[in-house]
Amino acid sequence: MRNETALGLAEARGPWARVLRFVLYTALFMVFAGPLLALMVGAFTPTVDPTQFTLWPDRLSLDNLERAVDRNVLDYLLNSFLVVGGGLALQVLVSVFAGYALARKRFRGSAVVLVLVLATMMLPEEVLAVPLSVLLADLPLLHVSLVGSLVGMIVPVAAWGFSILVMTEFMKEIPKELEESARLDGAGEFRVFWQVVLPLCRPALGVIGIFGFTMIWDQYMLPLLVATDPAQYTLPLALRSLRSDDQVGIGVLLVGAFLAMLPSVLAFLALQRSFIRGLTSGAVKG
Amino acid sequence: MAVTEARAASRKTQARRPAPTAPPLRSRLRRGATPWLFLAPALLLFLYFKFIPMAEAVRMSFQEVRPFLGNTYVGGENYAEIAGSSDFGAAVWHTVVLAVATTAGSILLGLALALLLEGQTRSLWFVRSVVFLPVVTAMAVVAEVWRVMYYPAEGGALNSVLGVLGLGPSEFLNSPDSSLASIAFVGIWRGAPYDMMIFLAGLAGVDRVLYEASAVDGASRWRRIWHVTLPGLRPVFAILLTLAAIRGLRVFTEVFLLTNGGPDGSTEVLLTLTYKLGLERNELGVAAAGTVLLFLVLLVLTVASRLRRREVR
Repeated sequence: MRNETALGLAEARGPWARVLRFVLYTALFMVFAGPLLALMVGAFTPTVDPTQFTLWPDRLSLDNLERAVDRNVLDYLLNSFLVVGGGLALQVLVSVFAGYALARKRFRGSAVVLVLVLATMMLPEEVLAVPLSVLLADLPLLHVSLVGSLVGMIVPVAAWGFSILVMTEFMKEIPKELEESARLDGAGEFRVFWQVVLPLCRPALGVIGIFGFTMIWDQYMLPLLVATDPAQYTLPLALRSLRSDDQVGIGVLLVGAFLAMLPSVLAFLALQRSFIRGLTSGAVKG
Repeated sequence: MAVTEARAASRKTQARRPAPTAPPLRSRLRRGATPWLFLAPALLLFLYFKFIPMAEAVRMSFQEVRPFLGNTYVGGENYAEIAGSSDFGAAVWHTVVLAVATTAGSILLGLALALLLEGQTRSLWFVRSVVFLPVVTAMAVVAEVWRVMYYPAEGGALNSVLGVLGLGPSEFLNSPDSSLASIAFVGIWRGAPYDMMIFLAGLAGVDRVLYEASAVDGASRWRRIWHVTLPGLRPVFAILLTLAAIRGLRVFTEVFLLTNGGPDGSTEVLLTLTYKLGLERNELGVAAAGTVLLFLVLLVLTVASRLRRREVR
């Protein structure tokens, strides 16, 4: 079992190696999780100003939480869930459809489509902010305005190049014979897609599910462009307006930030394997 | 007469045509349309929210945009205005410095983390998950937490830590001398664990036989890392470098929330500048010119990285 890792720290024996590992792991834990843990602690303790931001509280209190509810934090959280729910459902659907065509069909123009999908990954909302702000208010041809409604935060994230590429890569691996035998049994195009190919894609669905969730939850520019009124704020967008409160100081901010952190962290911990598979798949390198 | 004959003849050939080799036109058309039907939602959405906005940016960049009054063509004036302004020059410089610092810091720290946390034990698995948490946390949350951590007075969280070490207190985000470095540090804090995961995948692919061989040759641990591990990770470096450079150039959210370009313009980056020009000062044409310039740089970088990757393969 020696020579398993490059550094050899994990398999080193002896008391010194043990101490070294303990100190190292604790230090890394503090550096990377410390600020996030302090956020959780601060949400439930009297933390009026940043000098009281600590991991070791004197006493617990729910004042921050009560005040946060008064300041509509739960409404912002609900908006976030609506956007991520609607956006993710559409995104998964659009990705499996597009992936099916790109992976299972040979047609003229497929190479061009692939290049277009890759090109979209160069054009995130941050880069396109200025023209998007004009277009979202008046979509060409349709003449619909997406500004001032959650729909405007949902529809634009429904197509995401990364998810499409992950689905395409994965669907290529499914053996052609399964599809052919289903066709011989008389299954139509949509049945082949829905009942033969899609059920075999469950691992890839996990990957695009968790990536899509964190991607949509992390959206900042799009809600910033679309929201015209605090009633449409998502929780990450609302944080800026919660920075101070006349009663509990930064307490409201800490509760809001804690609630904005929790769903994506829980989703990651639950679907960690899928997440890491996606991270190291070819599509990220695209 | 000839026409009816021809029709009859063609009817005959149609009837004689063996079905499996040449399906009727309608089903052929349907089969041809199938992939496009499956692709339609994605292509329509991309058209509306990626490609039309991009084209619109190009169009606006040559116009003076006046809502309700109609736009007027101004040629290259917007480009001359933005390229000539000192704000733009400063923003380009800040963006490049930030991208280089964040990329280099994330890669070096990510590699160190990967080497330190490589292995199969349960405690390693736990520590790796914890270290990765900043990556999945929304950037807005990360920025707000660090705004609190960076509180510039003596009692601030990070200044307390510095105080224990006999340093500080630092002004962090509040001073033009340290603001950009403070933002880069947050970027590294969130970027290094990401790079770590990619490096770990690369480390898993390094041939263990080479480790054993170098052990047999009596090579030290550091020589082994230098001569076996790092060369094995070369493709990972290439991927991370280009990926991070492209991501670094489009930095927005953390700057917007941590400093919004201040103090004294010391952290203004390209996208906070175009955001301000376009959405706060309403100079849409000039902002669009900035967008197009950034887009051209991203395009060159992306194409170059793809070509290089093809060479590597």
